[in-house]
Amino acid sequence: MKTLSSFGLTLFWSALLLIVPARPLHADADCLSCHSDTTMQDASGKSVGVDANKFHSSIHGSLKCSDCHKDIHDYPHPDHPAAVQCETCHADEATAIAGSIHAKASTSVPGATGWKTHPCTGCHGNAHETVTKADPNSTVYPLNIPKTCGGCHGDPAMAKKFHLPNVYALYIDSIHGFALGKEGLLVAANCTSCHGSHKILPHTDPQSSTYRTNIPGTCGSCHVGINEQYQKGVHGKAVAAGNTSAPVCTDCHTAHGIVEPTSADFRMQSTPICGSCHRDKFSTYRDTFHSQLGLLGGYTETARCWDCHKAHEVLPTADPNSPVNKANLIATCGRCHAGANASFVQYQPHANARNRKLNPALYYIRLFMNLLLASVLSFFLLHTILWLVRSRFPQFNGKPSGGKHD
Amino acid sequence: MTEPVSAATPVPAPAPEVPARTTAPAQTRWFQRFTLGQRYLHAVLFTTFLGLAGTGLPLRFSSTPWAMRMAKITQGFGTILFFHKFFALVLTLAFIIHVREIVARGIFHRDKSIFWGPTSMVANWKDVKDLFGHMRWFLGLGPKPNFERYAYWEKFDYWAVFWGMVVIGFSGYAMWFAPFFARFLPGWALNAALVIHSEEGLLAILFIFSIHFVNTHLRPDSFPMDMVIFTGRESEEEFKTRRPDEYKRMVAEGKSATRITDAPQPWLLNFSRVVGFTAIAIGLTLLVLTLTAYIAE
Repeated sequence: MKTLSSFGLTLFWSALLLIVPARPLHADADCLSCHSDTTMQDASGKSVGVDANKFHSSIHGSLKCSDCHKDIHDYPHPDHPAAVQCETCHADEATAIAGSIHAKASTSVPGATGWKTHPCTGCHGNAHETVTKADPNSTVYPLNIPKTCGGCHGDPAMAKKFHLPNVYALYIDSIHGFALGKEGLLVAANCTSCHGSHKILPHTDPQSSTYRTNIPGTCGSCHVGINEQYQKGVHGKAVAAGNTSAPVCTDCHTAHGIVEPTSADFRMQSTPICGSCHRDKFSTYRDTFHSQLGLLGGYTETARCWDCHKAHEVLPTADPNSPVNKANLIATCGRCHAGANASFVQYQPHANARNRKLNPALYYIRLFMNLLLASVLSFFLLHTILWLVRSRFPQFNGKPSGGKHD
Repeated sequence: MTEPVSAATPVPAPAPEVPARTTAPAQTRWFQRFTLGQRYLHAVLFTTFLGLAGTGLPLRFSSTPWAMRMAKITQGFGTILFFHKFFALVLTLAFIIHVREIVARGIFHRDKSIFWGPTSMVANWKDVKDLFGHMRWFLGLGPKPNFERYAYWEKFDYWAVFWGMVVIGFSGYAMWFAPFFARFLPGWALNAALVIHSEEGLLAILFIFSIHFVNTHLRPDSFPMDMVIFTGRESEEEFKTRRPDEYKRMVAEGKSATRITDAPQPWLLNFSRVVGFTAIAIGLTLLVLTLTAYIAE
């Protein structure tokens, strides 16, 4: 009896298998028999073709069509199948994206259609052709990332809509962009190195890797040595203590258009950046020969703020490790001025000739020079004007202008 | 040497108010006022001064648009500073040659006339009287003073330039060779050097390009340019009108013959005019740039 019933059940299931899936779809060749035509379009003109070769060599190539297109079991299938839910497999990434700035932005990119509007395929490209990020053909291969992100962030219309700087152009010409794009240096910072990939947050969010106080850590993930110096300096300490007005990396180096710090361009652009906070020091620096010579290029080696104060490990003058500490001045000045001695380093690179209390000698010298200038010029100006006027009236006062008394 | 001059010689500005006391010469006679050396000295002086002013001003007013444009054209201040130093060296050389001549004449040849007396550059009591007399004449309160070889404002020009070269030169070299000068100067003197260098330079520029230009060249009596510093000669009329005391002394000492010379060559006059007007044009341009930048500061 038992054997019989068991046989009956097997027969039942076998019959069921033969009857219910009239056209079984787990064979992908069935889908591709239509969809392998890459020019195939749906009623709305959207491409629904799949390149079979690319699909099979893609990371998704081992999957069945219905693994992603879950609502399609049969043919004919609905005209508008449901959107693919990537999070079925990529749950962590989906969660990260949902909390990111792109969750809101991806559907509102101007002019974007099709897979470009999808939060995943927007960056990873056509899901039927996706390869691993280590593959040079991947849209998220380090060398390809700037172009991928630049698809939106290099678009002036998009930049205008979201009030963003057109960062792509700045990046491409920067030292990072050059290293990556021109030299193919994989370790050079690309967009994701600083911004992350899935959970990109606006720089105003304290959780963001580009939030002000997180920037030293973000840059420091590559620039470890510089970050160590920076953390020892007054600026690093101030930022660590929560002072958000203290400078972080991007204040001096900018975020995207970073130039080689020893280049003339950088040396020309950065002194006013220090000066935007240190106004009094900038103004007195501008009075000196260092500035006058260096302001307009050609003489970019003249001392800039960081040449004397250091760039990252900026220390108070009183600190014995500061290059502008009295004990270190001969060495510091001597880096440019061979032969600098104790008397030479008494030179005040921030002297203020207008301040009597701070620089009395200089104040009185300037006062004397100004008085000399004013008195000589006013006397002779008057003298010359009177002379000119008198020359116009040679007969004035009835006296001939010359020789009358001969 | 006293031959009549050609018709091409420019007729000096008529000075009808000057009665000819001596027997009026039939033709214009010309007298030597400056030696060739003195004229060369002036030429080197104004060339290097224009050069120094032109290359110094963009440093002094380095944030003005014209300074920036100039720096762009010359590929940066390296070039501008190079020329500034070059002109400084040439002017220093001229200064040394001049001082050497004074020392040679005054000390080795015991020529006291360069230290005092009517032909000396050193100010004397007559200069004080002339200054006040001149001012009275400006106001119509008295006669015009009779000037000697060098009038008081000419002596002032000389000493202003002399003092200026010492002060600007010394402060300039102190900055150029700062570590060397720091061996015997305190560090703050290097700060003072820039203040002094730029203020004294500014004074020189403003003075030369306005006061000296007007007093010597652009004044109605000399307009548009006093050619004597270029040709070294002036006509008898000019001589008598401008420096009657020197003329009188020359006649009294019977030295007229030794100073009479031929008329300036037309080519020299033309050449001098081109050079002189160029210099005045450059000077006035720099004056306008300086004044606008100084006022905007």
